[in-house]
Amino acid sequence: MYGLGIVKGLLVTLKNFVRKPATINYPEQRAPQHSRFRGEEFAWYEERCTGCASCAKFCPLGIIHIETSPSEANIPEGDSYKLEAFDIDIARCMFCGFCVEVCPYDALFMGSGFEEAQYSRQDLVLDKIKDQREGKNKSPSTWFRPQLEAQKYIPLSGTEMKWDDAGREEWTYHPTKRPKRDLLSWRNKNFKNKGEN
Amino acid sequence: MLSENLWFHNIYCFLYTGDTAISGCSNATGLLPESLNWMPYYIAGFSMVLVLINIFMAFGALYTYAERRLIGRFQSRVGPNRAGPFGILQPVADGIKLLTKESMIPDQADKPVYNLAPIIMLIPVILVVAVLPVGEGTFMTDLNIALLFAISITALTTIAIFMAGFSTGNRFAMLGAMRAVAQLISYEVPVVLSTVGIILLTGSLSLVDVVEAQAIPFILVQPLAFLIFIIGGSAEMNRTPFDTVEAESELIAGYHIEYGGMKFAMFQLAEYASVLINSAVITTLFLSGWEGPFSFIPSPIWFLLKMFFMAFCFIWIRATLPRLRMDQVMSFAWKFLLPLSLINIFVTAIEVLIFGVNGTFTQGDLWIISGINIIVSIIGIVIFSKILEIDSGFNTQFKVTV
Repeated sequence: MYGLGIVKGLLVTLKNFVRKPATINYPEQRAPQHSRFRGEEFAWYEERCTGCASCAKFCPLGIIHIETSPSEANIPEGDSYKLEAFDIDIARCMFCGFCVEVCPYDALFMGSGFEEAQYSRQDLVLDKIKDQREGKNKSPSTWFRPQLEAQKYIPLSGTEMKWDDAGREEWTYHPTKRPKRDLLSWRNKNFKNKGEN
Repeated sequence: MLSENLWFHNIYCFLYTGDTAISGCSNATGLLPESLNWMPYYIAGFSMVLVLINIFMAFGALYTYAERRLIGRFQSRVGPNRAGPFGILQPVADGIKLLTKESMIPDQADKPVYNLAPIIMLIPVILVVAVLPVGEGTFMTDLNIALLFAISITALTTIAIFMAGFSTGNRFAMLGAMRAVAQLISYEVPVVLSTVGIILLTGSLSLVDVVEAQAIPFILVQPLAFLIFIIGGSAEMNRTPFDTVEAESELIAGYHIEYGGMKFAMFQLAEYASVLINSAVITTLFLSGWEGPFSFIPSPIWFLLKMFFMAFCFIWIRATLPRLRMDQVMSFAWKFLLPLSLINIFVTAIEVLIFGVNGTFTQGDLWIISGINIIVSIIGIVIFSKILEIDSGFNTQFKVTV
């Protein structure tokens, strides 16, 4: 109306002009990333993995490939299998994180990386056993792992997380001591009978 | 004309050998022998032309960088900052990229017209530099019809745009060219009429006289004319909000859709340089040209500062406003700008009759005229925006009719 809307619009853009830009120079500067980021480069601990293949069963895309054989060395320590292959085809992964949620032994963690472009599809398959042998740096994301978040661990800091440092989440199947809701007092506080006051 | 110019005169006298009465120089012997007396005139003239044109073209190239960078900041982005320090070499990188492109000519193109269009687009922009008074006593010529020259020469770009759109044999280009002709001719009318008020006040068409007549800047004396000139100017340069000629979402690129490589670069350069030229003309007409409040800053610097400020305003407008529809563009020119410019001429003519003694005005008279004109322009804008709103039904969608 009467060109006042144009003046208002000009003032809005001028405010943006004076302000600091919202974007950053990406390869040099990086936006802050949350420690719960669900990224590539899954962190996997062979010491904890029993080869139960829960992750492979729950994967909606079926991209986790596990080969196991009956182990003889580990019988006294439990029902562990001997792992022969643990591959994740990252090219088709959608980072839903079901494999991490479902892992009963906290052996699998999401990573925090996102710049993992490769030249061939074959390079996109993460051979976790090979990585374990080569001692690749493990910086697990704290997604679905409250014990890591409680330690204030930041995956992007680059410090390696050992399997026994990572800890296990406290798990209670059926909490027996559920706090009882005192419905009566709540009712008395909020609704008054007609006779009172 | 040319001999009045100090730059031309010095180079000419440095080279010329011969009679001082003919050459007008103080020295009788110059660098060149007398047998080559035809050369100094051309050498001096070409050196001046070369320097001025190259400076303006370099400004045009730098303006592309400034525009991208500033629009980035207006949109809360950083803008191009990779090539060189702060990305200042971005136009060089763009130029090298466009120079190495293959020069393609479409099969259906009318080849001579197709090849000629970018040149004709660029020439008027450069020609206007000839009459611009860049500083006190710094101009190539002081034409007595400089204002008319500038306006009529810049109108030639319409022909270039139509040639480009017509000769490529592309539908989108054709549509863009038709729009360009309709739009540019429509907007030429209010723009020319808006300058009539200035001509009435100064009594001269020479841009030097216009600047010298500005005891107070004419933006205060002729606010309505300034508004019309800036709107019509951005329409003639095909910039948003009037860039229907090359609307990306409708016509892809408009008239230069089939051009590539250096021809495309010439179109772009002409468009961006025309923004600077238009800013320079506005500076001369409305912002008192080279004159400034402090005399310790030299006059060309004042001129450039005002010119860059106007260019900044054009970038600002481009970063803010969306594109109008074609019928809205046309109705805006004929229903809003044209009546307002006629009112401006009418009011200014009466004021000139009342206040003008022998065609000159004292500063007090100019202040009174500016007060009257500001009130008139506010009333005119309110009335005609109301009429435009009712006519075009801009604001009908939320009205409930019973």
